[in-house]
Amino acid sequence: MKSPLLTHLVKDLRIEWRSREAVNSMLFFALLVVVLFSLAFSPQGAFSQEISGGVICVATLFASMSALNQAWAREIRHQVLDAQRMAPTPGAELFLAKVLANFLFVSIVQLVLAPVFLVFYNLHVAGQAWLLALVLPLGTWALVANGTFFAALSIRSRNRELLLPLILFPIFMPALLGMVLATGSILTGDSDPMLWIKMLLGYDIIFTTVSLLLFDVVLHAE
Amino acid sequence: MKKIAISLYVVITVALMIWGYYQAIYVAPNDAMQGEIFRIIYYHVPSWAAAFLGLSVSVAGSIGYLAYRRSFPNRAQMADAWAVAGAEVGVVFLTVGLTTGPLWGRRAWGIWWTWDARLTTSLVLWLIYVSYLLLRRFAAGPQMQTLAAVLGIFGALDVPIVYMSNRWWRTQHPAPVFGGAQGSGMDPSMVGALMWNMLAWFAWGVLILAIRYTVERQQQKIAAAEAQAALEV
Repeated sequence: MKSPLLTHLVKDLRIEWRSREAVNSMLFFALLVVVLFSLAFSPQGAFSQEISGGVICVATLFASMSALNQAWAREIRHQVLDAQRMAPTPGAELFLAKVLANFLFVSIVQLVLAPVFLVFYNLHVAGQAWLLALVLPLGTWALVANGTFFAALSIRSRNRELLLPLILFPIFMPALLGMVLATGSILTGDSDPMLWIKMLLGYDIIFTTVSLLLFDVVLHAE
Repeated sequence: MKKIAISLYVVITVALMIWGYYQAIYVAPNDAMQGEIFRIIYYHVPSWAAAFLGLSVSVAGSIGYLAYRRSFPNRAQMADAWAVAGAEVGVVFLTVGLTTGPLWGRRAWGIWWTWDARLTTSLVLWLIYVSYLLLRRFAAGPQMQTLAAVLGIFGALDVPIVYMSNRWWRTQHPAPVFGGAQGSGMDPSMVGALMWNMLAWFAWGVLILAIRYTVERQQQKIAAAEAQAALEV
């Protein structure tokens, strides 16, 4: 007997493997954002080093909106969400499985996008590059954990696709700030990113815990 | 009796606000360094105090709603009314604070706005509670109340993190005037005016909070009666 978490996770991964909807649309969208920003700001030299941290974070943020909206919209068809509500398993496991699946999708997008980004913005990493492998997953986790939670919350409203960014962006702001400043200071090598990494870690722990605790309330809101 | 008490409270509040205005504009002396412009502190600081009163009530209401929604439906409805009243009053006073701040900043700093810890925190706070009010518009019924309560709690959690992260980042807002380091504090001739205004705006905040709460309770009762009537037909 597999645990509910594993069952949900395998199901989501299998659906994505067959359709590749989320990853493809996010990838293309993020690519568009990167191109648009480089057209708008014509990044060169030191200026490009400074803004690129922000651009990659905002590109990830915008791109993940489409996947996060889809994450629960898919469950609404054929009343799957109602079935899950009746299932005698904790909602936290369902939530965590969704977060893990979406975290994987967004991370794939970042991995594919990174070389493109380095080429378009003529970047070289002046600080410790390996720290990026810490900052980006931490920031992505903050985005995906909160995003999955608020997507489940806004799925119950009218205009659900519109509501998600409206409530997610204000809550996500401190994590975005931490992510942008940490990435920026790694790319420029000017300052020490450790403070921001710790802050991101704290944000992740607090918000993931609260999301896990409150997810049942959101799932069973009627 | 109740009506008399309420009318008396309204009269006292209005009198306090007039007295506070007189104290702030005519009695308090000019600031040694800033001259007249500093008088905005008599409105800026009290409106923040009123905003935090509203938002604290809102958070308490959100928690109360989640705690009581299964066991005491009536208490839960009251908590929800407090939550929406607090959020709306809080947003209004935050708007006042966010408007008076730049007016002063333009003269004192030469700039309207800067991304410093307190300014950013209050702006994010404003954004979070506007999104809270939007959520209440977009959804309906008891499920909206639950969802809004959850968002209210998330918003309250976010505030200290925003504050800390911005303090580490950069800061320009004046250091705390009261209870700060050596050399902080106001001249006694100014403290009186500030305290009167704090009291007046606090009383005003409580008054509109109570009015908004009553209106929300009435609306809940009308909605419940309509739902009942629809069932009976």
